[in-house]
Amino acid sequence: MSQPIDQFAARLPADKRASVYQSTKTTHEKRTRLLFDQFGDPDRLRHLAGEIKQHAIENLDTYLPQVEQRLRASGAQVHWASTGQAACEAVLRIMRDRGATRMVKAKTMVSEEIELARFLEGHGLEAVETDLGEFIVQIDDDHPSHIVRPIIHKNRREIATSFEREGLGAYNDDPATITRRARHHLRHKYLAADVGLTGANFVSAESGRIVLVTNEGNSRFCLAATRCHIVLVGIEKIVPRDRDLAVLLNLLGRSGTAQDLTVYTEFIGGPRRAGQPDGPEEMHVIFVDNGRTEVLASDCREILRCIRCGACLNVCPIYRQASGHAYRSVYPGPVGAVLSPLLMGERFPQKADLPKASSLCGACHEVCPVNIPIPDLLLRLRARAKEENVPSPGSPPMGPWALLAAQPAVWKAALAGGRIINHLPVKLIPVPALQAWAAKRTLPEWRGGEFRKWMKARKRPSA
Amino acid sequence: MLNAERAPVTGRKVQLMATCLCDAFYDDVAAATVEVLEHLGVEVVFPEGQTCCGQPAFNGGDWAASRKVVRHTVRTFAGEEPVVIPSASCAAMMFHGAVLEFEREPDAAEVGALGRRTWELADFIVNGLGVKSWPGRYEARVALHRSCHSRGTETVPAAQALLGSIAGLSLVEFGEAEQCCGFGGTFAVTFPHLSAKMGELKLEHVRAVAPDEYVSPDMSCLMHLGGLAQAEGKPIRTRHLAQVLRDALKGGPRG
Repeated sequence: MSQPIDQFAARLPADKRASVYQSTKTTHEKRTRLLFDQFGDPDRLRHLAGEIKQHAIENLDTYLPQVEQRLRASGAQVHWASTGQAACEAVLRIMRDRGATRMVKAKTMVSEEIELARFLEGHGLEAVETDLGEFIVQIDDDHPSHIVRPIIHKNRREIATSFEREGLGAYNDDPATITRRARHHLRHKYLAADVGLTGANFVSAESGRIVLVTNEGNSRFCLAATRCHIVLVGIEKIVPRDRDLAVLLNLLGRSGTAQDLTVYTEFIGGPRRAGQPDGPEEMHVIFVDNGRTEVLASDCREILRCIRCGACLNVCPIYRQASGHAYRSVYPGPVGAVLSPLLMGERFPQKADLPKASSLCGACHEVCPVNIPIPDLLLRLRARAKEENVPSPGSPPMGPWALLAAQPAVWKAALAGGRIINHLPVKLIPVPALQAWAAKRTLPEWRGGEFRKWMKARKRPSA
Repeated sequence: MLNAERAPVTGRKVQLMATCLCDAFYDDVAAATVEVLEHLGVEVVFPEGQTCCGQPAFNGGDWAASRKVVRHTVRTFAGEEPVVIPSASCAAMMFHGAVLEFEREPDAAEVGALGRRTWELADFIVNGLGVKSWPGRYEARVALHRSCHSRGTETVPAAQALLGSIAGLSLVEFGEAEQCCGFGGTFAVTFPHLSAKMGELKLEHVRAVAPDEYVSPDMSCLMHLGGLAQAEGKPIRTRHLAQVLRDALKGGPRG
């Protein structure tokens, strides 16, 4: 029996795989060209960015109080949410206090993580996704399958069908028409909304500035017409100084979408002040832990450097073949294979198969703008799964192999005995790993011990 | 990127770690490695007690089992000489993987010391011995496989330099060369569908440029790709880098 992600990939329709593969491959290749054309030593830049983020997460005890002070000084209110539930309730409280019933939302992965939109809808409040991809995910009651491109798994015909179903016009799969219709629909939502919610790509501890990058400009609309801005942000998004953004923003757009910079980069310094003509009059920043402190205490803390660019998803051969939903998690791909099981806390075993869905090829580490050693972290989580005795379907047991490989005499006997595979049909050999190998590949001829004989027989040139 | 810091090479004697795959299947690759090193005036010692680098269990998460094997390997390769391996993957296991799984072990220092004198073959020739070009002749169009476990090391540039310098040999580029072939050790049997898909994609790219030979610093990837190609009924000619270097000394492709 193979692993769940392998089974998912085997069932994935060819057209879905093709769209995921094409899109990720194109972005990855463009990203590489951009970085290497524009920077003398992009690898040095990745290392620098990694050091900045590592420093930040290792000093959160300094930076979080600092950022709280800065934010309060600028007029924002600060909330701390230790769990997803607490974060959802904080949002609910803010809305109820204002008598607000309608929210417009920009794209934020942490809101997916804590399932905020569903929570609010459950309390009779409206929460409309305004990022085009997220909007389509929402009307389809689907889940994002990529952290930057939520609908990478959908084609325009499916989207046109959904729009028709939702009463957004007769079937038309022209992308410009789809976009225009979504824009028209969302304009009314922006104007009617009471509250605008965004995430934050970075929060500067030095200035308290909230930094947001988008391509559609929807996050600006979320703030333009509403009186109250709520920022939902993971505690790991802190950067020490504003100048660190010069490094990180240079890498984020290029790594994520192969753009020098995203179309919009916003620096938000607090709610509207006296004398300012517009902007929300009230601003709340909710810092979400939801398992991050535990990750920080683990031997996989480097994963908290992640700036959610998606470059590791785009380059990953497994992600390309299996697609994001294979990972059964808000965070898919290589970063998700590390982060998602960690964020499960005590329910880690439920996602302990994710770190195994990797050939450990290291491409994710090579492209990561903050130099996260993802393969090492995957390996650590595999070791943790083994220590916690999580069953692993199809994995060959390593005990017998270790017995062989730690005893040279037994090893040599096995080298000679292995010849049997040259004479027996593979189907008759009751070793599941061998069966799985031979289903699609021939086995080479067993020549166990031949090299040792050759080495012994020949005269050493120096003798 | 990897813990690939190495002690400078002094002396002309090395220990050969032949790898379990060469021990079981690919004796000619190990023999070629010996002949290539001896051509460079290097004395090659083969510690008889050697078995495997410990990577299968390490990758499988069974670090206790893997450490047992690594400890055996550390004892077997006692001494000061460089350890040369015709595999980027097993070499990375020794200087990176083993170091990771011994972080909290009392004998971490010994494991680290073995790692610092462990080399993949092409890296050893070019950066250990300072040999920048290769003599002989080899009439062939060669596509070079970039073994994933050579990422962050000097193996691929070293292999390119050596192959590129051989008279008659031309290196051909192919698409998505940075992508994994889908071998991945036990990944190949626990994720059989994905592994085969990745392999088929690699074969498609390689076949598109129709090289005479597909050459790799690792036999594991070639076992997978060669086996897939053969099972498809469209075999490709695969060679280990050591075989090409040796055969160049003898005038060209053979076997």
